[in-house]
Amino acid sequence: MITTKSAMRLALIVLTTASLAACTTKGPPPAAPARQYVEQPAPPPPPPPIAAPRPTGPVPGSIQDFLIHANDRVFFDFDSYTLRPDGASVLDAQAAWLVRYPMVQVRIEGNADERGTREYNFALAARRANSVRDYLVSRGMAGNRIETVSFGKERPINEGSTEEAWAQNRNGHTVITAGAAQ
Amino acid sequence: MRKARSVVLALLAAVLGLGVLGPARAEIEIQINQGTLQPLPLAVPTFTGQGPYGSDIAKVVSANLERSGFFKPLNPAGFAPGGLDVNVQPRFADWKSISAQALINGQVTMDADGQIRVDFRLWDVFSEQQLLGLQFTATPENWRRVAHKISDAVYERLTGEKGYFDTRVVFVAESGPKRARIKRLAIMDQDGANPSYLTNGSAMVMTPRYSSTSQQLTYMALRDNGASVYLLNIETGRQETLGQYSGMVFAPRFSPDGKKVAFSVERAGNSDIFLMDLSTRVAARLTTDPAIDTSPSFSPDGKQIVFNSDRGGSPQLYIMRADGTGVKRLSYAQGRYMTPVWSPRGDFIAFTKQAGGEFHIGVMRPDGSDERLLTSSYLDEGPSWAPNGRVLMFTRETMGGNSKLWTVDLSGRGERPAPYAGSGSDPAWSPLLE
Repeated sequence: MITTKSAMRLALIVLTTASLAACTTKGPPPAAPARQYVEQPAPPPPPPPIAAPRPTGPVPGSIQDFLIHANDRVFFDFDSYTLRPDGASVLDAQAAWLVRYPMVQVRIEGNADERGTREYNFALAARRANSVRDYLVSRGMAGNRIETVSFGKERPINEGSTEEAWAQNRNGHTVITAGAAQ
Repeated sequence: MRKARSVVLALLAAVLGLGVLGPARAEIEIQINQGTLQPLPLAVPTFTGQGPYGSDIAKVVSANLERSGFFKPLNPAGFAPGGLDVNVQPRFADWKSISAQALINGQVTMDADGQIRVDFRLWDVFSEQQLLGLQFTATPENWRRVAHKISDAVYERLTGEKGYFDTRVVFVAESGPKRARIKRLAIMDQDGANPSYLTNGSAMVMTPRYSSTSQQLTYMALRDNGASVYLLNIETGRQETLGQYSGMVFAPRFSPDGKKVAFSVERAGNSDIFLMDLSTRVAARLTTDPAIDTSPSFSPDGKQIVFNSDRGGSPQLYIMRADGTGVKRLSYAQGRYMTPVWSPRGDFIAFTKQAGGEFHIGVMRPDGSDERLLTSSYLDEGPSWAPNGRVLMFTRETMGGNSKLWTVDLSGRGERPAPYAGSGSDPAWSPLLE
């Protein structure tokens, strides 16, 4: 922008000079060519240096990158730890990304809804975490990069007591714990 | 039983130099197993003597008996003025006129060594008989425990069942939003007095259990990297982890002799029950089924364990010998059965049942017969028996709301909030204190 403006101003100066010269040719030749002084504005300060170009979007291999490429939660039916087709496709995307970044370590957190006892739901949510783990391993992720934990019904993401809330709270949550790009 | 009790009473009375009025044949006797029951009206006037103890003890006794559901303490405003001398027979006409069927009076005196001495009498107003005459001595700061012991004596004399008032309850005190709940181990007297925290809330603490032989607790703590089981001595504050396993460890329970702890260990999604000897720290694996096996509870003789398993396709109750052999299914009715708890009396197993969109606290015989549901709500779970095997405390959570502690009698009567105003869960009753 600044450079364009300066160029325009220069062009104007040239034009003015040319028209003045044209006028003078009509009278007797001057003893000496009139010296034209054009008031010059002070030069603008130099533009700040432009930062080196950076690619847009998240850093490849970062947690943000993972979340863009794959959902981090898969959902389960009541008292079930069988992966649903929608869950499997989420995990396919997770696995594709995780295989690409082999330094990344994850923790699979199993969660349950509040429609069960505390202890049974710890066991149930542990099964869900394990289902997620097994699926990721079946898609090529090394098992030693995965830890699992069950939070039972203790860490709901939806505090409601509705079918919708329960469905959201029955999940396996993939959390990156180490090895992601910053 | 009845005969033995009479003998004990006679002995106590003899020691205390009291006259026993006949072989303790009370006209008032509460049949607490009857389906319908009017609470027995009784009067607990302020005990005589100097200091605040006389009034305080009478109030605590009155509140205890009222909460049991079997007694209706009468309003002291209607009592004849003036204290009752424990050494003089009361004017029964005064108490008949306000329809009191039983009368408890007492006297507090301060001993030369600074101890309080509390004498009390239980009277049958209509037969004009003394049913109990006992004396307790304690340091003044223990006046509440004296009140609880008096309550236990009265409850036992009038119902024929052991009392449960001189007990404590360990539980989980909850605070904060549901998504980031803070769960701290806490303890209080059964009447809600003297509450205190035992853990600082840095880990989510759950499912505590009281040893029936020592001042020890076992509980599970959940952190980001998993769940483990702890042992805590509430007198010394000494705390230690039990069972170092690669998977989660949860659902700990003491054996009745306090020498072992059973718990679940989860590995690769499979939860099984283990039993650890606390002296050797060696654990034996009791179940090997690929199903969920958790929530163990010992029979009072320590020979059997009832537990929760979904090996049949849904969570149900199973029973096995304490070495893991002889597994039998116990529950067959419609619904999902969880958290079985064997009564300290041995006659019932309490459980959580999920059926018809609701949760219930129920009981059944140890052979699976005689199932009865005692409560029903959006979410009731985790019953714990009072040491007399008559009263259950459990967690009740409302839709979108907080957890609270509730109690219910074995008969299904007297369902009410436990005397803890805050949000709480996972109650576990202590044995009767020494």
